[in-house]
Amino acid sequence: MKALLFERKPARYAASAIAAAVRPGRGGAHGPLSLSDIDPHELPGPDWVRIRPRLAGICGSDLATTEGHSSRYFEDIVSFPFVPGHEVVADLESGSRVVLEPVLGCVARNITPVCASCARGDLGGCERLAFGDLGAGLQSGFCCDTGGGWSTFMVAHPSQLHAVPDDMSDEAAVMVEPTACAIHGALAHVPTEGDIVVVLGAGTLGLLTLAALKAFAPDITTIVGARYLEQRSWAAKLGATHVCAPDEVGRLVRRMSGSLAYGNQLTGGADIVIDCVGSEASITEALRIVKPKGRITLVGMPNNVSLNLTNLWHRETHLVGAYAYGTESMPDGTTRRTFDVAMELVRSADLGRLVSATYPLREYRDALEHAANSGRRGAVKVAFDLRNEKERNR
Amino acid sequence: MPRPGYVHDVDKSTPPTLFWRGEGYSLEKLPVGRSRIIYPGEPEDALKDIDGAIVNALLNPIDQDPLPAQLFAGMKLTIAFDDISLPLPKMQRPDIRQRVIEAVLDLAAAAGVDDVVLIAALALHRRMTEDELRHAVGDRVYDAFAPRGLLQQHDAEDPTKLAFIGETPNGEEVEINKRAAESDLLVYVNINLVAMDGGWKSTATGLSSYRSLRHHHNPTTMQASHSFMDQHASELHKSNWRMGKVMKDSGPKVFQIETTLNTNTFPKAFDFLSKREWEWTGRDRAAFLASSNALKRTPSRVARSIFHSIEAPHQMTSIQAGDVEAVHKITTENVYRQQMVQVEGQTDILTMGIPYICPYNVNSIMNPILVMCMGLGYFFNMYRGKPLVRKGGVVIMTHPTPWEFNPVHHPSYIDFFEQCLADTTDPHELHKKYEKQFAEDEWYKHLYRTSYAYHGVHPFYMWYWGSHGLQHVGKVIIVGGEARSVRRLGFTPASTMNDAFEIASDVVGRDATVTHFHSPPLMMADVH
Repeated sequence: MKALLFERKPARYAASAIAAAVRPGRGGAHGPLSLSDIDPHELPGPDWVRIRPRLAGICGSDLATTEGHSSRYFEDIVSFPFVPGHEVVADLESGSRVVLEPVLGCVARNITPVCASCARGDLGGCERLAFGDLGAGLQSGFCCDTGGGWSTFMVAHPSQLHAVPDDMSDEAAVMVEPTACAIHGALAHVPTEGDIVVVLGAGTLGLLTLAALKAFAPDITTIVGARYLEQRSWAAKLGATHVCAPDEVGRLVRRMSGSLAYGNQLTGGADIVIDCVGSEASITEALRIVKPKGRITLVGMPNNVSLNLTNLWHRETHLVGAYAYGTESMPDGTTRRTFDVAMELVRSADLGRLVSATYPLREYRDALEHAANSGRRGAVKVAFDLRNEKERNR
Repeated sequence: MPRPGYVHDVDKSTPPTLFWRGEGYSLEKLPVGRSRIIYPGEPEDALKDIDGAIVNALLNPIDQDPLPAQLFAGMKLTIAFDDISLPLPKMQRPDIRQRVIEAVLDLAAAAGVDDVVLIAALALHRRMTEDELRHAVGDRVYDAFAPRGLLQQHDAEDPTKLAFIGETPNGEEVEINKRAAESDLLVYVNINLVAMDGGWKSTATGLSSYRSLRHHHNPTTMQASHSFMDQHASELHKSNWRMGKVMKDSGPKVFQIETTLNTNTFPKAFDFLSKREWEWTGRDRAAFLASSNALKRTPSRVARSIFHSIEAPHQMTSIQAGDVEAVHKITTENVYRQQMVQVEGQTDILTMGIPYICPYNVNSIMNPILVMCMGLGYFFNMYRGKPLVRKGGVVIMTHPTPWEFNPVHHPSYIDFFEQCLADTTDPHELHKKYEKQFAEDEWYKHLYRTSYAYHGVHPFYMWYWGSHGLQHVGKVIIVGGEARSVRRLGFTPASTMNDAFEIASDVVGRDATVTHFHSPPLMMADVH
């Protein structure tokens, strides 16, 4: 079968980092990723099924991998070689469509009893990501045994699959997984009426987080810091109260919160800052503009950063991560699976429109370059389109 | 005898004409056969005995008793004076305020007055630094008063230092500096650089608070002021005069001292700036070439500091003292006599070079909002009768208009530019949606009171200042301006003057008439 395969090749990985540093998006062409013909993955267990991806998104964590700047933290929770792609809408052998919930938790790994996190429904917090019947891998798309969405076939455990309603487009369905991430970040700490919530970054995650905030906390003031004009336009369309350039966020927060300032540090600030960038600069900015005892949620995946945490200590700031999904405590007090909520939000907010471009597998270099420069090129979500791959339709 | 102002029709023999471009200048060719240049009159001669004229004005005031007769031991005397926004550029020492204040203090001392306080009438402008205060009042006065806290800067945000005087029949609240309000005599020392200055505007604006100012510093009043330089056609002035009536009836007694300066604006080395180009000597041409080439290679920060260090040689041409209104009538006549140029008819396109300085960026950056204010608020309003440019016409300015602000002087300007103008450029919308938030912002108040920041509401006032111009013209083009900041202002950027004329032709046609407002020095057009 045809797949984009990512192998453990340290020299090429280093080359991808150099290429990406010279020109963002070029890491894929020089790194350990290649378009290959590989044998289909064996079913890891009797209840596993084969699925045929239709669309598979390119996510920030995928780009961190192909561009050679992924954190070494992941080394022990991925297994090589793997086929990337965890934002997947696919066909079952029966022909019905499913969306993949890619986290490989205890149930998929055939571990009993399940870990405490999985028992709580906190799938993203699974404590057995490198154990059980599967090779290490925090998600499908990072595990040597499951394959990933950037291919014509992969395998999945039924617990990972969510049926796609007939009237939902593939473009909408492929947005369900990132939307679930965004919902998890937005609901990590539910804002209350009148709160000022800042979303730093207006790429896919930032925009989806904004959509989630608008859906579940409509009576708040949202400020979105967006670098590119098209992102600002999307943020406005998705209902941000204020949209501005990243370097204008601090001044806007100061004014909206009626804050004073000590030098660069606001005395008050935003109630919540959701950092959808995850860079040193964005976390530093978040620490500067969040109010004392306020909350910073890191939705964007950070890497090694150097931070001065004196203000975090002094102002007793809560800095928390928000990874993946599982179950959510909803503002109305109910508990729901994140993917179910995401499926509804994608539909109600028409988030399928954020898919800007699709590419066949053979044009993966262009696809990765487009995705790595999506903001600059006016795009939001870039995905692989497998629907017309000959091999898949044989 | 100085030559009066003059309107020159551009023909083939007309040399390129001078345009300011911020911290630089350029020569531009205007279309032959349909362009004219308005040149200001030459500077009037200064009074020969300035100190004698000052004493004479104090001893022989208009419609009031001589100043010595109004001074007595045990009285409370307050001397207020215009702040750093006047004159432009700052004048060579001694500043005229220093000379007048020293004369008043001599009389006060002779009368045994020992409760004297000096107040810089800042309104909502930034506080002055020690150097700036020393320059205005002189070292002798500064050293005598400042260390004892008797040289103060008006604080429009300290409720304990404001006094409510009353309301006009139009419901305009009059609130001024408490010390001034409670004085037995308030002496106001003014500099009238343009016809808009002085009169009741000195006290009713310079010593007031946001509570008072908002009644006339708003888009409705500003758009109905045709122009600010013609008191009788200016709603801004009518409001100030109504407030003056309240002051007269219920406030302190005011002894107004108004001075006019000649338009001798730049030192000898910059003579070419004020000359008619065909009269440039070889030395003028050399000075232009040398300075403009050097400035092109000079970082803007350095060029700015060079220009702001220039001290103007202008000198006093008249002084009158006494009753506010009677004094101001004569002052205005004196300003008009020097600055007014007779102009026949309006133009389709008005061109103007925007300099490096305006009243609100002394020792600071001419940010994009101030560029707008200087062009549409000041130069556009330098008329009596009708605006120089016809309704729906085009204004072309030249200025680099960088997206650059002084964060100490203009913090709220940055937010206004980034947040408010990104939303709307409509003065009424801005007034409705944002003014109150900015005016009441604690941080801006703090910076205004303790640092050197203009008040939070000040950028709104700058925008309103240009609102009549904004409403009147069909398009504004800035030649050489940074495109993104020009667009943020709602204007159109152009690379060259020819491009600008091309763009303007969409609005006013290809045979549009052009009038260039040639400055420096300052002038006014009496448009028939």
